[in-house]
Amino acid sequence: MSAPVFAAATAAPFNPLLVMILVPLIGAAVVALMPKARADLVRQVAVIFSLISGASSLYLLSEFVTKQGDFQFELRHAWMKSFGISWHFGVDGISLFLLVLTGVLFPLAIVAVDPGHDHKPYYAWLLVLMAGSMGVFVALDLVVFFLFFEIVLVPMYFLIGLWGHGDRIYAATKFFLYTMFGSALMLVGIVATAYLHQRGTGGDWTFDVVEIASKPGISTGASRWIFASFALAFAVKVPLFPLHTWLPDAHTEAPTAGSVILAGVMLKLGTYGFVRFGLYLFPEASRFFAPVLLTLGVIGIIWGAICATMQKDLKRLVAYSSVAHLGFIVLGTFSLTKEGIEGAVLQMVNHGITTPALFLLVGMIYERRHTRNIDELGGLQVSAPILAGFFTLAMLASVGLPGLNGFPGEFLALAGAFKGARWWAIVAASGVILAALYLLWAYQRVFHGAAEGDNATMRDLRLVEGLVLAPLCALIIVLGVYPKVMLDRIEPSVTALVEHMQHAEGGGR
Amino acid sequence: MSALVWLIPALPLAGFVALVVGGRRLGDPWAGWLATAAVGGSFLVVLGVFADLVGRGAEARSIHQELFTWIPAGSFQASMGLLADPLSITMCLFVTGVGSLIHLYAIGYMHGDEKFSKFFTYLNLFIFSMLMLVLGDNLLLTFLGWEGVGACSYFLISFWHTDPANASAGKKAFVTNRVGDWGFMVATFLVWTSVGSIGYLDIANAAHHGEIAAVTATAIAVLFFVAATGKSAQLPLFVWLPDAMAGPTPVSALIHAATMVTSGVYLLVRLNPILHAAGWANDLIAWVGVATALVAATVAVTQNDIKKVLAYSTVSQLGYLFLAVGTGNYVAAIFHMVTHAFFKALLFLGSGSVILGMAHEQDMRRYGNLRKYMPITAGTFIIGWLAIAGVPPFSGFWSKDEILAGAYAHNKVMLALGLITALLTAFYMSRQVFMTFFGPERWREADAVATGDGDHADAHDSAHDSAHDDHAHHLTPDHTPSESPWVMTLPLVVLGALAIVGGALNLPFTDSTKVLEHWLEPVVGVHELGVEGATLVALAAIAVVLGLVGIGLAGAVYLARRIPASTVERPEFGWGLWIDRGYAAFMGGPGRALFDAISRFDKAVIDGAVDGVANAVGAAGAVLRRTQTGRVRNSAIGLATGAVAVLVYFVVRMSF
Repeated sequence: MSAPVFAAATAAPFNPLLVMILVPLIGAAVVALMPKARADLVRQVAVIFSLISGASSLYLLSEFVTKQGDFQFELRHAWMKSFGISWHFGVDGISLFLLVLTGVLFPLAIVAVDPGHDHKPYYAWLLVLMAGSMGVFVALDLVVFFLFFEIVLVPMYFLIGLWGHGDRIYAATKFFLYTMFGSALMLVGIVATAYLHQRGTGGDWTFDVVEIASKPGISTGASRWIFASFALAFAVKVPLFPLHTWLPDAHTEAPTAGSVILAGVMLKLGTYGFVRFGLYLFPEASRFFAPVLLTLGVIGIIWGAICATMQKDLKRLVAYSSVAHLGFIVLGTFSLTKEGIEGAVLQMVNHGITTPALFLLVGMIYERRHTRNIDELGGLQVSAPILAGFFTLAMLASVGLPGLNGFPGEFLALAGAFKGARWWAIVAASGVILAALYLLWAYQRVFHGAAEGDNATMRDLRLVEGLVLAPLCALIIVLGVYPKVMLDRIEPSVTALVEHMQHAEGGGR
Repeated sequence: MSALVWLIPALPLAGFVALVVGGRRLGDPWAGWLATAAVGGSFLVVLGVFADLVGRGAEARSIHQELFTWIPAGSFQASMGLLADPLSITMCLFVTGVGSLIHLYAIGYMHGDEKFSKFFTYLNLFIFSMLMLVLGDNLLLTFLGWEGVGACSYFLISFWHTDPANASAGKKAFVTNRVGDWGFMVATFLVWTSVGSIGYLDIANAAHHGEIAAVTATAIAVLFFVAATGKSAQLPLFVWLPDAMAGPTPVSALIHAATMVTSGVYLLVRLNPILHAAGWANDLIAWVGVATALVAATVAVTQNDIKKVLAYSTVSQLGYLFLAVGTGNYVAAIFHMVTHAFFKALLFLGSGSVILGMAHEQDMRRYGNLRKYMPITAGTFIIGWLAIAGVPPFSGFWSKDEILAGAYAHNKVMLALGLITALLTAFYMSRQVFMTFFGPERWREADAVATGDGDHADAHDSAHDSAHDDHAHHLTPDHTPSESPWVMTLPLVVLGALAIVGGALNLPFTDSTKVLEHWLEPVVGVHELGVEGATLVALAAIAVVLGLVGIGLAGAVYLARRIPASTVERPEFGWGLWIDRGYAAFMGGPGRALFDAISRFDKAVIDGAVDGVANAVGAAGAVLRRTQTGRVRNSAIGLATGAVAVLVYFVVRMSF
């Protein structure tokens, strides 16, 4: 489990970060150049490229030095020297598992779902999306981060708009414009950060996150404004109440692979952004705005759960459950305690396992029954017991049953919040009641009861589908029983972050 | 043996895994035998560990085994560690002991069910969870077991899920329990922030050194009691347990009578060092306990479903346990918990045997004279009846008497309520026995039970009347009941024997006969009852007399038929049901309306505002409108081009 302490990370024969980003990009180009008629071949090529990238993320995991809080596998290559913009990549315990998650989810999503038409652009966009997602989590330069943060919008827009269901164009456009609107302000914030930092320190221009964080030079007032501009962009992405209404539309209308990636990876761009670019760059402003964000997080937990309860579309229900779950992550993050932030990071990853599993299962039901309307489903446990079994496991993980992966992160987030912001935690903890309510009620209506009509003849899982779900379900159990494997790697970086925050606030400006 | 503590939960877990993998192939009955062997093996290990502990000095009777670290984050450390001490091993003994018997019984009871192996898969998982609950060395591990048993309870209540009523009952149990779990979680946070650890040994240590402030201790106790009202079915959260009878009868015996529902009592006894400092929280626990005991006993009088009588009886007996906990009488709580596990498991299994013998009819009004057809079932059921009614020398007499003595020392009103409950208990249990095993064979009368007449509580409750154990069986007038097979009667005989002699665990005569009290002393400390000699005898005499009055009264009504049943089965007695109906009405009415309103607000106002803004902003609005015309590709490509252009613009702008 533990990597040798003396082997420096950079001693690895190659840097997996670049491979993780570049291979899917190359794959996208290859796919684009292939003959249109060979859908199966296109698919195989896409699988291979995503697997190479995914394998690199696992290699990264194996080479990652455990008891170290600093960035590892750092790469720095100047881009625009006069502005201090560089391709600065690195990974620490906070981003590590999000990268691995990205590396695992994409191959699964590619294998699991056939788009049905236009295979070539579909796989090309998915691979671009994979590269962009990897890039977001490794970028340590504000401009590079922004670049990737925006790039991922484009493929997701097309995935929803071209391969989605129902009112897909509306959903795609809403998703695109909403997030663009948020990040436009962030761009202003980024420029302001570099500008004011240069003014404050009197040094060179830099967009380097580590340098900006280590040499504070921005006044309290300005940093609060800048934080707010970042926070707005991230809040849309998370999404935080009341900026969440793009999510149910986008998740529901997206093709299954899109929903998987949206829930698994893209929502985490916001929560990850809060930790990396909120807490790390603007410690004082984070504390200043914490009550606001905690409150919105708690409202999101309750609100999302209540809305989920009332949904008639099974996929929309799962989508709303994300609003609630992400609320816990925000709660943990802005508890500003070590336990809370660790729980938040843990939950980012675990939500990225459980909810994609649920989306895959809903997709499998839809593929068979051509409906996601809960009222039209029923008794499926009789006709498809194995599918029901997988669904039960993912559902209980999502409910936060101890021993499954949904629990440790949620619990730590709440515990940290209780330590830092007691009353918020007490209210937020009631979210666990609602989570049981909406999921079990949905389960009852979809799987219990007598199966009639098409529900009675629905086919159970195929082997391939079982194999796609198996790794996620294995992770649900393993990470529930032994979350230590993650916490050991997350903790040093979170400790460093919390100490950095205390130091920055105590040290004055 | 001490190194093998981990085997206690590991064996049922192994059984569960084996059944998940190969249960279907093993099938009926071998899957059942495998599951039974797993629990039986676990019981043997418990016996070994028990013998090991007995062989040690009182202070050394604690084995702490840490397997691995479960959740380590900052100063929050939860281990996967087991704590075998007199309290947890006592729990393990009856969980695995009674558990094995019920597994064995279920081989007969579930025979022929198409999901036979699945039933035992859940049952083994349940035993594993229950053992983690009692053996866990910290609050979070107990919570793991706590939620695990809750999930298994959910699976098993809705086991026959094609019937919507069963599915609803399962969901209701889980969600109601979750309300209590909120208390568990917040209490755990509070323990962690005030003690700095969630390990039981650390908690006891801190409490003994007075490191927990009285206010904090009170809050912790109240919050854990909230958790207990869910899991152990106390006011106001008891409503799920009667519905839980929708599960197969072995489940009712194992989970909803003998083991899981006592978890709340175990938890509070485990945390007795905190309760010592918790002031009025103890009174709250005692009052809620005795009130629950009384309310549930009154409801039990009005029930006609054989299992529902036992369900309300269980709620009532659990109330006694909390009365004991609240009065600081921990030994009595554990004592009655154990004897109750014996006689209530016996009664449930007996009722299962009756239900099977009567073609799955559960209405006692269609029973009668069954002692003629099912002699073993009848004989053992009568033992269970005498035990719960508090007739000496059966086990229930001794343990209930200790609780009442503790109540007497604490508060005379509590004692009075406890005594009334004892009378009611004797009455409704006698009613059940007389209706079932004595009197005329009522199923032979065509349409003996017309709807409405004499059906008070149940008639209103039709929506929730989900306790029917199986589907599509009909009891015909020419039906001849038959005794159940040996796998079912053997557990009845063993439990019957235990229900007779269980009182020997803690006889009040001399110091040396108080075995359980001395055994538990290292965990719960010394508790002076403050009731001695003549008072104790007088109390016992009063309780016995009241019990006999209850039996006599029932005899007058249901055997001699001197008093018509309708004068006793007053609808007012069913008032406890109004709590349940109140919840249902709220959830279906204002609760649902509120949820609906929020959901509508989300769509109309919050999302509406977004759309409004988008439409108002000229360019964005134009795009939205245009895209809705359906020219998918054009507009999509247009947008993407725009986005890329914006991006390029930003990037280029920066490099100048």
